[in-house]
Amino acid sequence: MQLDATMLARIQFGLTVGFHYLFPPLSIGLGLVMVVTEGAYLVTRNKMYEIAARYWTKIFAVTFAMGVATGIVMEFQFGTNWSSYSRFVGDVFGSALAAEGIFAFFLESGFLAVLVFGWDRVSPKTHFFSTLMVFLGSVFSAVWIVVANSWQQTPAGFHLVRDATGAQRAEITDFWAMVFNPSSMHRLTHVLIGAIILGAFFVMSITAYYILRGRHIGFAKKSFTVALIIAVIASLGQLVSGHGHSRQVGNTQPAKLAAFEGLFKTTQGGTPIHIIGWPDEKTETVKMAVTIPGMLSFLMYNNFSTPVAGLDKVKPADRPPVLLPFLTYHVMAGLGMAFIGLSLFALLFLWRGTLFETRWLLWIFVFAVAAPYVANQLGWMAAEIGRQPWSVYGLLRTSDSVSVVVKAQEILTSIILFSVIYTLLFIVWICILNDKIQTGPQEITSAPFAPVQTEKAEGKGM
Amino acid sequence: MDLNLFWYLMVGVLLTGYAILDGFDLGVGALHLLGRNDQERRIMMNSIGPVWDGNEVWLVTAGGALFAAFPHAYATAFSGFYLAFMLLLVALIFRAVAIEFRSKRAATAWRSFWDWAFSIASIVASLLFGVAVGNMIIGLPIGRDMEYSGGFLELLGPYPLMVGAMNLAMFAMHGAIYLYMKTEGGLQGRVRGWCYRAFGVFLIIYALTTAITILLIPSATRNFSAQPWAWIVVALLLLALANIPRCIHHGWPGRAFISSSCAIAAMVFLFGVALFPNLVISTISPEFNLTAYNAASSEKTLAIMRNIAFIGLPFVLAYTALIYWIFRGKVRIMPTSY
Repeated sequence: MQLDATMLARIQFGLTVGFHYLFPPLSIGLGLVMVVTEGAYLVTRNKMYEIAARYWTKIFAVTFAMGVATGIVMEFQFGTNWSSYSRFVGDVFGSALAAEGIFAFFLESGFLAVLVFGWDRVSPKTHFFSTLMVFLGSVFSAVWIVVANSWQQTPAGFHLVRDATGAQRAEITDFWAMVFNPSSMHRLTHVLIGAIILGAFFVMSITAYYILRGRHIGFAKKSFTVALIIAVIASLGQLVSGHGHSRQVGNTQPAKLAAFEGLFKTTQGGTPIHIIGWPDEKTETVKMAVTIPGMLSFLMYNNFSTPVAGLDKVKPADRPPVLLPFLTYHVMAGLGMAFIGLSLFALLFLWRGTLFETRWLLWIFVFAVAAPYVANQLGWMAAEIGRQPWSVYGLLRTSDSVSVVVKAQEILTSIILFSVIYTLLFIVWICILNDKIQTGPQEITSAPFAPVQTEKAEGKGM
Repeated sequence: MDLNLFWYLMVGVLLTGYAILDGFDLGVGALHLLGRNDQERRIMMNSIGPVWDGNEVWLVTAGGALFAAFPHAYATAFSGFYLAFMLLLVALIFRAVAIEFRSKRAATAWRSFWDWAFSIASIVASLLFGVAVGNMIIGLPIGRDMEYSGGFLELLGPYPLMVGAMNLAMFAMHGAIYLYMKTEGGLQGRVRGWCYRAFGVFLIIYALTTAITILLIPSATRNFSAQPWAWIVVALLLLALANIPRCIHHGWPGRAFISSSCAIAAMVFLFGVALFPNLVISTISPEFNLTAYNAASSEKTLAIMRNIAFIGLPFVLAYTALIYWIFRGKVRIMPTSY
């Protein structure tokens, strides 16, 4: 059987980036939780916050290591699997990636050492500063990689030239137009809030479990409350961000929005929105559809009559697939609504003072962490599959992006290799995480920030 | 200095930073199984505990800089070395998670699995870096289209393998000297012996590699006749190398470490001199060579990136220095340790 190298390369990229993306959003989300708890400790000097900060740091460290290990693969994969793409975009995309290395990775990895190993070596303020820097580093990292990816979606600030081999490539004409391309800020906001929602639900899952099991109650209730408030704000914010982002997609990548919405044919008058449905690409219809008339027009143009462009306006060769973008986008959006509902519901119980006695609701939170994971993954799938058949929207086709010299067999070999290794790592990560959760937060045995305190004590004695 | 030369040097600086910094922690990994018991192995692993991650960022940034400054070289080398790179990535992944996971559980089988993973991954990565350097020196079958036309096994020729072995020995020596600095007591006494042995092995392979390079690869020495000042670096390299056993003999681990760091920097520099202005040499025809000029990004991008580097690098150096300062001194196993 002749294997299709492009499809294999896509599968490999999807697999490795999907696995990688289990970790960075959790690092960003947990990073915020660490900043808030440690900041609260500095202000209140309440021991409980220090115990919490130390506990989340341990979980963070394991996650971060996985993010680093799987992230190196991503950076090199542009060259190994997508060398034609690399030649085309290097001038533009490469500088964003290099900026990520200089501004984000060094910051994160340097201060991570103090964050994880520095509790007894530096003062509380220096430690808090390190926590802040690690969080900032992870946000910077998101900034640059989302900028680079957004440039692929909505290229700006470049022109096309012929290089030494006579092939076309994109070169920067305006750096800031590249950075602030039409989609980058929408997408960055959406990605960061997605990460924060995940972090909040992650914390709520573990602490709800502790409350249900009657362990570490004080710590658990405090952490749950902080995370719930973060979740309420973030999931409401995500609705606003998602709306703005969808409009931007409609304006800059109409074919992608049409795929998200299962819009095969442009309607006469107002365009309805599909609440649920199953698009059939053969007959170009959406089966089992439940629709709200005119709603998509309203969301796009604030009126119920302006039609939204369908896929029939796009050349057949330039049309994205519909089924996967439609499903991933709809499930993601539905989950987003569910986060708002669930977190507001829990807030109501918190306000009435009965949240921590409502066991069934806490059980929902124990398992609800899976949902933001799914939503984060599906959002990216929608964004990247919806961009097809382009790797750089309107400029470079995915099929023209792959490495010329890499054979399908080689890609297959590496897919198998990474599948085996990632499965192993995933199991180990879950086991270690489970160990940490079962052990729980520790009373601080060594005197906190020992050197500083002993010095002070000695000073008094003399 | 034109921007292309500037970025050729910058990629070199980043690779030098990587070779010196990750060099010692790869070396510690290569020696890891020589630790006799759990306590010794924990000390060895924790000697690099707070710093290995930051060290690896030098590679990531060097990769990013190569991608941005010389996209053709990045694309040709990475797709051409496909399976070799996959192997390297697997090694780097295993190393990273082995450090993180090893001491999280007490079971002997668990720990010894990650001990082996850590050590083998460190050895494989060190070898592969050397193999890559060896191949860059002798050149690759690169055609007019800038694409590599060989296979995986052709990368494992005798000369690249020898450079690989030299690199492994160099990192093992560098790692042993680092451990000599960070350990104490009985372990330190044995580490001292490792320093001497690794130095001896390195010296033999280094002499052999140098002789073969001079005799059989004329392209590698071409720049030295045009740029005689490069011989000063050769002399400095030899002085730094000679200083290593002297410092170990006197019990000055810090100075020995500085010497081996200087030696590594000199080696990377000489590698750059041998290659310049090429990034990837074509064995088919010199006109297909990928150079700092025909493989580069536009002038504008190189200028933007120079500004990014000027803003970013002082910060990077400042907090790298800060971290090493905070974690100075001998290794102590604490509750937060690996």
